[in-house]
Amino acid sequence: MTRSDGRGLRATVLAVVLAGLVLPIAAGLWHTVAAAFGHLPAIGKTEWSLEPWRQFLALPGAWTSVKLTLWTGLASTALSLLVAVGAATWCYGRLGPRAIGRLIAPFLAVPHAALAIGLAFVIAPSGWIARSVSPWATGWSVPPDLAIVHDPLGLSLILGLMVKEVPFLLLVMLAAMSQVPAAAQMRACRALGYGRSQVWLLIVFPQVYVQIRLAVYVVLSFALSVVDVGLVLGPSNPPVLAVALTRWFLAPDTKLILPASAAAIAQALIVLFAILIWRRGEVAVAHLGRAWICRGTRSQTWTWSSSAAAVSAGCCLALGMLALIALALWSVTWRWSFPAALPEMFSVGAWLRPGSGWGRAALNTAVIGVLATGLATVLAVAWLEGEDRAGLPRARWAEGLIYLPLIVPQVAFLYGLQVAFVWAGIAGGVAAVIWAQTLFVFPYVMLALSRSWRALDQRLVSSAAALGAGPIRRLLAIKLPILLRPLLTAAAVGFAVSVAQYLPTLFMGAGRVPTLTTEAVTLSSGSDRRVTAVYATLQSALPFLVYSAALAVPAWAFRNRRGLTGDPA
Amino acid sequence: MRLPVLFAMLLASAFPLRAETWDEIVSAARGQTVYWNAWGGDERTNDFIRWASERLEADYGVTIQQVKLTDTAEAVTRVIAEKAAGQDEGGSVDMIWINGANFLSMKEQGLLHGPFVEILPNAKYLDLSPGSAATVDFTVPVEGYESPWRLAKYVLIYDNARVDQPPMSMAELLEWSKANPGRFTHPVVDNFMGSTFLKQALIELVPDRDVLQMPASEADFDAVTAPLWSWYDELRPTLWRDGETFPENASVQEQMLNDGVVDISMAFDPASAAAAIEKGLLPETARAYALDGGTIGNISFVAIPYNAAHREGAMVVANFLLDPATQAHAQDISVLGSFSVLDPTKLSGSEKEAFAALPTSPALPTLEELGPTLIEPHPSWMTKIAESWAKRYTQ
Repeated sequence: MTRSDGRGLRATVLAVVLAGLVLPIAAGLWHTVAAAFGHLPAIGKTEWSLEPWRQFLALPGAWTSVKLTLWTGLASTALSLLVAVGAATWCYGRLGPRAIGRLIAPFLAVPHAALAIGLAFVIAPSGWIARSVSPWATGWSVPPDLAIVHDPLGLSLILGLMVKEVPFLLLVMLAAMSQVPAAAQMRACRALGYGRSQVWLLIVFPQVYVQIRLAVYVVLSFALSVVDVGLVLGPSNPPVLAVALTRWFLAPDTKLILPASAAAIAQALIVLFAILIWRRGEVAVAHLGRAWICRGTRSQTWTWSSSAAAVSAGCCLALGMLALIALALWSVTWRWSFPAALPEMFSVGAWLRPGSGWGRAALNTAVIGVLATGLATVLAVAWLEGEDRAGLPRARWAEGLIYLPLIVPQVAFLYGLQVAFVWAGIAGGVAAVIWAQTLFVFPYVMLALSRSWRALDQRLVSSAAALGAGPIRRLLAIKLPILLRPLLTAAAVGFAVSVAQYLPTLFMGAGRVPTLTTEAVTLSSGSDRRVTAVYATLQSALPFLVYSAALAVPAWAFRNRRGLTGDPA
Repeated sequence: MRLPVLFAMLLASAFPLRAETWDEIVSAARGQTVYWNAWGGDERTNDFIRWASERLEADYGVTIQQVKLTDTAEAVTRVIAEKAAGQDEGGSVDMIWINGANFLSMKEQGLLHGPFVEILPNAKYLDLSPGSAATVDFTVPVEGYESPWRLAKYVLIYDNARVDQPPMSMAELLEWSKANPGRFTHPVVDNFMGSTFLKQALIELVPDRDVLQMPASEADFDAVTAPLWSWYDELRPTLWRDGETFPENASVQEQMLNDGVVDISMAFDPASAAAAIEKGLLPETARAYALDGGTIGNISFVAIPYNAAHREGAMVVANFLLDPATQAHAQDISVLGSFSVLDPTKLSGSEKEAFAALPTSPALPTLEELGPTLIEPHPSWMTKIAESWAKRYTQ
């Protein structure tokens, strides 16, 4: 195999990624930037100026929104990482990666919006926790006037993000662990008298962190710019910037589109700024860590802090679990008034009416999810195969290219992208939604698939080549079947990402492509928790079913091929 | 033989803007799917739109696809984005449930198709005399650019198992809220329900109501609204969560009333309490009522964007919504419970009977109990009130 092999393939894949992924984002950013500097011919504005920026900063609560965004974004990411690291320390040697994977996989499948909607009900002053201890323990016959959910400090929003991000980071960390000779280092350090937690934190974790850094930035960017969770759990007067600017984009006064565009660009700058702050934080922490190592202090007593983190992680999982159960319960409720701990009357009425909207939304969600995931998976396989044939490790710029849609906040380019799509004549349809979702599905599929792909035993491929199999046959007859399990897992991840997309579906579908997520978020601002619960339950169930299928299919297909699990370990 | 054809062609070119007849519109509409952009937070309305789609498909071969909005302005933004991209035909929005500021915004920017109301056969049931409720939308002249479909009126809702005597005026509300701190709130003022609450208070508190009919810029805004703000400054600290956070809209507040988080909610629909009870969304003891001296009321309209792809279908839908049978169905509390927009004097005997036969409910106030309908202030008041509220109370 020479480097010239598959040059055509690589060029094609790169062209597709550039034209299909990078160009739309650039075009979208460009239109947003233009509007941010006063250029939007549609409303008769053609003069370049800084006026939108002045207007944006003069909008009531704009600065508070910016501060809230930085606070909730940085705090939720830092806390999630802290808890995940602590939990990983605790789990190390206690629970295998398989067991942990099984425990947290459901949470990765559940979209943020569904979890947020469920969590809002669990923790609210009128919520499930309050209901189950009232009035016998609290004396509350009506809910207390406490600032939980939509609290001005955004603590509920931070908690909501943590419930989702702690499991994600934990899983990413476990995956990265296999690249580190942790067991050998652990033995060596233990022999030198260091405590287990200490070794994990000071020796193993820094090596792991290097590998998960980009994933942490993705979490940070997401936390800073999330709209749906912010709507459901975040402060409301003023809200975080992403929610505020979505409101401005959609306000009746169309002149607000200009300051909204400025705010969207500010949002992108905030993400950049936060990543820079984070980077400084990394350097500082690394400094401290090195100083610590140099002191050579042996410590056995860190168990309590890692146990505390494990308990926190457990709480996050428990809250998430409660949220999901609450959703399922509400979907079959007729009346459930405060302070009853359980519904007073049940009804499956909401489920019996797929024609009321959830049937179509579920169908849309499934079709869009399958197609977007299919596209992304094919593209990912083509990309990885191109790398294989070139025999090259992935360049840094390529890694950056893949992560681009995850790091640039969606709100910063979606409005502009909408204008660009309309201009190209493809707005407002299922095709536009599938395309826009693929932007975000592809990076996750790449993330999920790359490691297993590279871990494939190259001797098998070489043997096939020696037996005369051409590159296509090697791919189809050797690589793909062996990699069936990781392929399906990656596709399931992609599907879950697709199901969770809120803003791209809303903007690109011109609101005409209702999915479970857009409908659930819309309905969460209505009065009928029961109907919202049906959508949110389905929204969680769909990716979960796909996950289960991704595990079941290879298990069945390879039931008598123990070596074909596709696990790199 | 050629002459008539030539003549017809000449005629066509001489009158390029010749109005289509209703029959032509109906036949062009057959087979169209109308994308009706309507706020989707209310299941009853969504059900009603589905019902309308079924009827229209049977009678006219037109179906409705509801585009559920969280905010009507989303549809306005979409039309603007299409105009930005030069898509002057085949637009994605066929019809919008609209009124007030959104209508003013679209009309001013020439984003609406029309005038079309006079073409609708069922417009004969409307009172279209100058100054009547169906010809003015928040004091903005409709001029045939939007067609009425439902009547809305501001009411308060309380649970009479928890509250014996609800406050009957904005002044009483302040006293009540002081006596029951944390048990009242209103939706955010960005939301039309929140601003309607403030407008209702303004109308009650302002010494001279006529000034509210002119644009706010022509009046001394600060002087006119001073009584409102002094009243609100007293009220706010007594609200739920000390008036620092507000529910997103009236539906959320209805859920808060149902959960017992607050004791009073509000709606722009006198039948909403009765309908919510029927759906298990409020306790049986919930009651809707209007304030002494009457409350604000207005008509909701449907408008058609200038670039709508299915303009004819949208007009057929608008006409269907004005049908007396449709309006009677909508007034049924088990359906929508929104009062008819038609002029009762223009209905025939059998058409009136359909309205008389509708069911009643203890939670549904009668027309007499609802009292007079107060006219909406000019929309600029709503915009300015929302702005100054945000300046005053958003840090």
